[in-house]
Amino acid sequence: MPAIRTTPADTAPGPQAFLAAQTRWRLVEILFWLALLSPFFLLPTYLTLASQIAITALFALSVDLILGYAGIITLGHALFFGIGAYTAGLVAKWGWGEAISGLVLAALAAGFVGYVTGFIITRVHHLALIMITLGLGLVAVEAANSASWLTGGADGLQGVRMWKLLGTFEFDLWGYSAYGYSLGALFVFFLISRRIVHSPFGLSLRGIRENLDRMPAIGAPSRARLHKIYVISAAMAGVAGALLAQTTETVSLETLGFQRSADVVIMLILGGTGRLYGGIVGAIIFMIARDQLADMNPQYWYFWIGLLLVAVVLFLSNGILGGLDRLLPRRRGDA
Amino acid sequence: MTTQIVGILFDGLAFGMLLFVLSVGLSVTLGLMNFINLAHGSFAMIGGYVTLTLMREGGWPFLATLPAAFVITALISVAFERTLFRRLYRSTALNQVLLTIGLVFVSAAIAAYFYGTVQQPIQVPDYLRGSHEIAGVSFATYRLFLLVVALFLVALLIGGLEYTRFGARIRAAVDDQRMARGLGIDVDSVFAVTFALGSGLAGLGGALAIEIVGLDPSFGFHYLVFMLIVVAVGGLGSVGGSFAAAALLGIFDVAGKYYVPALGSFLIYIVLIVLLFVRPRGLFGKR
Amino acid sequence: MNAPMLQTRGLDKRFGSLIVAQSIEIDLPQGARHALIGPNGAGKTTLINLMTGRLRPDAGQIRLGGENISALAPEARVKRGLVRTFQINTLFPHLTALEAVTLAVCERRGQAGRWWRKLSDHKDAIDEAHEILTSLQLAADCLRPTHALAYGQQRLLEIALALATRPKVLLLDEPAAGVPQGESAELFTAIANLPKDMAVLFIEHDMNLVFRFATRIIVLVAGAVLTEGTPDEIAADPRVREVYLGSAHHG
Repeated sequence: MPAIRTTPADTAPGPQAFLAAQTRWRLVEILFWLALLSPFFLLPTYLTLASQIAITALFALSVDLILGYAGIITLGHALFFGIGAYTAGLVAKWGWGEAISGLVLAALAAGFVGYVTGFIITRVHHLALIMITLGLGLVAVEAANSASWLTGGADGLQGVRMWKLLGTFEFDLWGYSAYGYSLGALFVFFLISRRIVHSPFGLSLRGIRENLDRMPAIGAPSRARLHKIYVISAAMAGVAGALLAQTTETVSLETLGFQRSADVVIMLILGGTGRLYGGIVGAIIFMIARDQLADMNPQYWYFWIGLLLVAVVLFLSNGILGGLDRLLPRRRGDA
Repeated sequence: MTTQIVGILFDGLAFGMLLFVLSVGLSVTLGLMNFINLAHGSFAMIGGYVTLTLMREGGWPFLATLPAAFVITALISVAFERTLFRRLYRSTALNQVLLTIGLVFVSAAIAAYFYGTVQQPIQVPDYLRGSHEIAGVSFATYRLFLLVVALFLVALLIGGLEYTRFGARIRAAVDDQRMARGLGIDVDSVFAVTFALGSGLAGLGGALAIEIVGLDPSFGFHYLVFMLIVVAVGGLGSVGGSFAAAALLGIFDVAGKYYVPALGSFLIYIVLIVLLFVRPRGLFGKR
Repeated sequence: MNAPMLQTRGLDKRFGSLIVAQSIEIDLPQGARHALIGPNGAGKTTLINLMTGRLRPDAGQIRLGGENISALAPEARVKRGLVRTFQINTLFPHLTALEAVTLAVCERRGQAGRWWRKLSDHKDAIDEAHEILTSLQLAADCLRPTHALAYGQQRLLEIALALATRPKVLLLDEPAAGVPQGESAELFTAIANLPKDMAVLFIEHDMNLVFRFATRIIVLVAGAVLTEGTPDEIAADPRVREVYLGSAHHG
């Protein structure tokens, strides 16, 4: 078999060009992002849903960074989503309704909790890791439930009032501002994530995922690296939660719940892990399907989700995007 | 005061024994294959519904349904093991988690379809109801029954593991799978049988649990958390560890809910996290 | 002879009742080409694990360039120049060879924690990685994922990853393990061409290769150093013969 199959025969790329090509924007990507603007014009009645999708996609993106790229399995990432949501909600409730600074505070709060819990997360593996992420999520729900004087408990946090976005755009009933705001945040954090995965740091995360045992032998402090991406991911999840709190002007206990942690992993698996767009595509499909099947008893919704999970694990291990990759042979060197 | 403490200890111990019956199979199969089976709680739920159905539709007496819950759950579980689970023994932890969570969802939906989402009570026979008073403390008969069953099972399991040929094979395979294979032990079939027995016990636990905690389609997930705690704290593949961990967890849970109800399960989760951090292989696990 | 680059003093390690290392004292001077031999289960790989910090010794010291490194984490020892390869390929299956070696280069340069600059902007690191791959005849296939490389190429990549860290002391755990006899000499030629001032210790079962490439030989039996000497001395040592003829035969 020839060494390099899919490149034009005469010009094998040099090592520099090969690595540079991986980071280049492709036409499909640009079209994808342009298509995300279409709800403004084509589906104005669905802007609220579109905004929820963008928020969920950002959450899924944050999970992809640790699960898809660094290989940390988590069943409790809603912890950070919820912390971000409550932080932003409380700040607004207490009279500071400025949105962007609310996001920053939410990111800091979630990132801080990520930093603290990261000391535990980066030291355990396999079952213990799954248990601890699950346990942290459950602790958060219990804590928020008990602290109802602060969080409103099971009734949810009420009285969140946002100011005009950037002093100009009212958070309207139709969701124009909400979708523009959420999509903008998603895009900004997508750019950051994209830079991260194409950086030396991103490469070292893939190294950890591929072979944790080898990393010390090339002098890599794996634990510190994992800790760093965990904090980044926690902060991003916090931003997603904050967006939800700000655009819906309420926060419920459900933002912290196991269901959210599990759903986001399911979306990511559906779309395909470790490929940035997997979480976004998964979130779009999952959320639209759930919206369309809203009349369905939730029990039966989870019947199909469960069946889908089994099918994905057995037959489509790289998710929908991975399946598309196989159907449409593409550029070389896709990791 | 003392009667109260004795009462709480007793209730906690009984709950712990229930958790032990529910969890011990998961502990052994995890220790054997390192397969993360989050559907273990769903097997327990199957056992619960078997007992419910046989009593209601078939008019079976409660005690007679217990072996049936064990056998039917074991058979169903081994069918899953042969067709689905075994494909993933060498796969990633993530795939194992996803597949088995998928099964939890599916089984909960099926249960909801046939039985509805409400709690299903059963009528336990008269001789298991009421309570006995000993030295001024009242002991619920059903909980005494649970204790007896669990102690009987512990004796049976430890005896079976220590003194039978099959038990020796399981222990060898838990200790060092490669070595066991090298000694000519057919680890795959050892595992299939162990898996069936462990799931069967979960089914039995599910049947026994109805009277204490009720039965609804969320059982599979709700008690999964408790089972995982027992396994994580007791250490993988350890019957004694599971027993001790289940007893502690049961007492802790009942006492916590009695004395500091506001905290709910908060304390338990915190203790779990700290414990797993300090001893990732469990309190009683091998280092 | 120069002062030893790597020194172990009184290394002990036991697993339960099994003694795997017993007061091991080894000196590896600059430029050394030492072979570590011994029957299966003698504790050769264990010794490498002890030196590199994968295992913690029960007693004893490991010194690198005079510094006591016994308490350092494995990655910190690598940073100071003590590097190993693995007997069983321990690589990154879905990274290309180029990416893997570039990663190791970035780690050495302290750039692998950078998330704000693109990997492709680190041109020096990429060039350096490519040079290493070229020197090991891997350049032609360096854009293929590791799992698609031929087995012998993967063995070379093991060495390439180690070289990218610029080791002062290189411990090679059966570099030719699993490579057909005809090709293993090729691998050892690459080893012979390593920088002259690098101290190299290799484990190898093939006595022809050992006698051809080693300047000194250390014989390990049951976790203890039986003897150490030049190839001629070892070849003439009756105890060594006894160990090899008395136990399962190798090579």
